[in-house]
Amino acid sequence: MTLGVLHHLIEAEEATDVAAMNALLPAIKFNGGGHLNHTIFWTNMAPNAGGDPSGAIADAINEEFGSFQAFKDKFSAASVGVKGSGWGWLGYCPKNNKLAVATCQNQDPLQVTHGMIPLLGLDVWEHAYYLQYKNLRADYVKAFFNVINWSNVNERLETARKSAGH
Amino acid sequence: VIHDGGEVLERAPPPGVLCCGPPSSAMFLLHRALITRRLAGVGVRCCQKHTLPDLPYDYNALEPVISADIMQLHHSKHHQTYVNNLNVAEEKLAEATAKGDVSTVISLAAALKFNGGGHINHTIFWKNLSPDGGEPEGELLAAINRDFGSLDALKSQLSAATVAVQGSGWGWLGYNKQKGALQIATCPNQLQGLRPDTELILYGARIPVVEETRFLGLMDPLEATTGLVPLFGIDVWEHAYYLQYKNVRPDYVNAIWKVADWKDISARFNSAK
Repeated sequence: MTLGVLHHLIEAEEATDVAAMNALLPAIKFNGGGHLNHTIFWTNMAPNAGGDPSGAIADAINEEFGSFQAFKDKFSAASVGVKGSGWGWLGYCPKNNKLAVATCQNQDPLQVTHGMIPLLGLDVWEHAYYLQYKNLRADYVKAFFNVINWSNVNERLETARKSAGH
Repeated sequence: VIHDGGEVLERAPPPGVLCCGPPSSAMFLLHRALITRRLAGVGVRCCQKHTLPDLPYDYNALEPVISADIMQLHHSKHHQTYVNNLNVAEEKLAEATAKGDVSTVISLAAALKFNGGGHINHTIFWKNLSPDGGEPEGELLAAINRDFGSLDALKSQLSAATVAVQGSGWGWLGYNKQKGALQIATCPNQLQGLRPDTELILYGARIPVVEETRFLGLMDPLEATTGLVPLFGIDVWEHAYYLQYKNVRPDYVNAIWKVADWKDISARFNSAK
């Protein structure tokens, strides 16, 4: 889907058709964002994973939220509370070297929307859980903590800190 | 308020504020009585509770187009949640109004719009559907032919616009009273910032930008937000179709025309014009 839209964008650009380029922007954000978000999501999870975080991410979580449980509560509440389709995120703010919980609607990418680097994402579009959990999004969000791949989250934090110069 | 399945989960109310809990509890009834009496004393009518309307048919009546599982979850869980949360928001609104707490009144606007919109939209939706909805005729059919060219053209355009909704939302056939014409609208609308009378391309479909529908949210009630009178709505939140159609939203949208209740749609059209 993204390739098709980008193809149209290139055509419009070559024709200097600014109106056509503008008309394509929502589709680029939607499909491009969807590609970015899901690519991160698959790496954020693993079998035989979950449990408590360790290493740098654990320290950062304790510093920012007070405890892992406090982070879980905040992340869960935010993710359950997304109206309609969207994502819950643990993000890294490169300006002040801090973590934060944030949400985005639809496939809006975290970095463009909130200026944060995505570390851990949870898809709460209904397609992500409905066949199994039906309307009980809270159960799905709770279960997500059983499959979080914390070493991947640690890798993302390390990369984010390096590129931010911290 | 966090909604967990079909239940409304209340946080513990802050001291000094009476809060209405789930309808089954005796404390809830006591609190309601106290609030009602107190508010009546200051001339505010409170606690006219909304209730979930019954479906005009059984949960399995719309099969094979919409499965009984979907209808049961959609009606008894999703719609019920909007009803519950709307009641909670209205209770809080009555309290805040009585106390002259303007800040709280304003802060409740989003919850009222979202849950009120959910209640309004789904109440229309259940009536828009029927196991034997017939075909459009008479003045409605004449208006369809005049404004879209043909019934097939209407179906094709509304279906395309509805399939193209990004994320959760609705496709609507509405009536524009100012123009005296039928009009398609979608919520949410990706048309923010685009000039009216231009076009957006999504999923290969060309979606015209119309002034009235440029800023709609994902559960916005059509008439309150745009002035268009809702005639026929298609819910494309994933819960409306995913159990049966999975990700193939176009199949669901194309199929729903088989259970459109044209008598109901005509009645709405006749009231509107």
